[in-house]
Amino acid sequence: MGMTMTQKILADHAGLPSVKAGELIKARLDMVLGNDITTPVAVKEFRKIGMDKVFDKEKIAIVPDHFTPNKDIKSAEQVKFIREFAKEMGIVNYFEIGQMGVEHALLPEKGLVVPGDVVIGADSHTCTYGALGAFSTGIGSTDMAAGMATGEAWFKVPEAIKFVLKGKPGKWVSGKDVILHIIGMIGVDGALYKSMEFVGEGVANLSMDDRFAMANMAIEAGGKNGIFEVDEKTLQYVKEHSTKEYRIFKADEDAEYAAIYEIDLACVKPTVAFPHLPSNTRTIDNVGEVKIDQVIIGSCTNGRIEDMRVAAEILKGRKVHPDVRCIIIPATQKIWKQSMSEGLFDIFIDAGAAVSTPTCGPCLGGHMGILAKGERAVATTNRNFVGRMGHPESEVYLASPAIAAASAIAGRIASPEEV
Amino acid sequence: MMNAHGKAIKYGDNVDTDVIIPARYLNTSDPEELAKYCMEDIDKDFVNKVCKGDIMVAGKNFGCGSSREHAPIAIKASGISCVIAETFARIFYRNAINIGLPIVECPEAAEDISDGDEVKVDFDSGIITNVTKSKTYKGVPFPRFMQEIMAADGLIGYIRQNKK
Repeated sequence: MGMTMTQKILADHAGLPSVKAGELIKARLDMVLGNDITTPVAVKEFRKIGMDKVFDKEKIAIVPDHFTPNKDIKSAEQVKFIREFAKEMGIVNYFEIGQMGVEHALLPEKGLVVPGDVVIGADSHTCTYGALGAFSTGIGSTDMAAGMATGEAWFKVPEAIKFVLKGKPGKWVSGKDVILHIIGMIGVDGALYKSMEFVGEGVANLSMDDRFAMANMAIEAGGKNGIFEVDEKTLQYVKEHSTKEYRIFKADEDAEYAAIYEIDLACVKPTVAFPHLPSNTRTIDNVGEVKIDQVIIGSCTNGRIEDMRVAAEILKGRKVHPDVRCIIIPATQKIWKQSMSEGLFDIFIDAGAAVSTPTCGPCLGGHMGILAKGERAVATTNRNFVGRMGHPESEVYLASPAIAAASAIAGRIASPEEV
Repeated sequence: MMNAHGKAIKYGDNVDTDVIIPARYLNTSDPEELAKYCMEDIDKDFVNKVCKGDIMVAGKNFGCGSSREHAPIAIKASGISCVIAETFARIFYRNAINIGLPIVECPEAAEDISDGDEVKVDFDSGIITNVTKSKTYKGVPFPRFMQEIMAADGLIGYIRQNKK
């Protein structure tokens, strides 16, 4: 029986000619990732194993991005703890303030993940790198510790859902809208324990930034990973960012899937996920009158350069509504600098938006834009659970940067066509 | 392996890790500290009503969202001896096994057990007994590989054993 893209990568990294869904395997790791929240726990567990060095100091990435720049004393102590560990172990890819970015925007940009890799990260949105045709998945701190020690992780080989994309998305439709549309369709556990494999001629009509946003949110459908077929755009991206050796894995013709969905990108409308689940979606023409207090444009889902550009296109020459705080967070230093040199910050600041240094900050209710009781935010982030951005009685509406920017101007959830 | 025996504390579908332990408390990884805020955003009363040995029961996709291991750590430190759910989100499932928090997938038990029921779980057989309702349910047993991890008190113990 044929294998899916994911199964082929896993078989290769397990040193097996083939694997099948449900099989338990141990796979070799090309990268092990952690952040300032998950790494402290991983370091403590790593110490318990009783090893004095990591398996490969070039294949570990530690990115303090969640509560950084440190929001309080306890956060500062957590970062200090992992900084000291990184130094002691000689970890090459430790990214300090000034070099860091939101981890899942940073690693591809630094060329640390390429097609065919197996990556685990103690952060659920590690699935982002599937955009590059890699197998990458979120795990916990103990798995990170074990990965740092052994260079291996155990996996249950997943079955897959295939999404065959065709057509071209409309003007204000981005990868974010496509993935929200899919999550709305299959539910927050629609891909539980499974791979989400994106293929078809429509993939060519999605930019790399679109693909990163889509793979990023595979976890919001319960997916183990999201993965795109490698094409010319992928290879161009890899060429521009990495010198690492890459390998392309394609699904076999006779691979079996748990389900196959065909999606015409031309039919996807701008989509918003209402509180308190990413699957609670409505198309923009069905949102009604939802007044808002805050807009966040950033995160590992939508803090990339194209996201900044589309926000600027809409905010240019306009003003943020007086009842709205609009906070824009380019995800990495490189994206920050690029936004600055393209003049996007002038547009944001003239519109009355605030620009922040890279951080996950408000996405998880850490800092840099916490909501009070009863407040509502439109965010380009990935989760709208109860209390996610602050008070348990606040609300988060997930949307694309285009919708978020238009909403900032309108003071309510709005389409770019309305402003 | 040990067994679990306690009263059921029941929740619904899609209990996410943000409500199990809100991110505002993640500036520490101390289990006792985390346990003080466990379930705060979904059930403020949880920390007062939970007794050592109690069993958490929930619906579909328990533990969805963030990979924070702080979630199963907080549940374990709060005194919960086992979580029974219809299904678990996959990262939570891994994390629970890796830190030695017993979990059982059993749609029938998840549906039938009421809040406050007295429940026993036999980890060897996977049999769940509802003492209050005089009923039994058969949970999905762990694969052998995972049983070995649990027997070694989690993944770190398992690696230490295999290193020697």
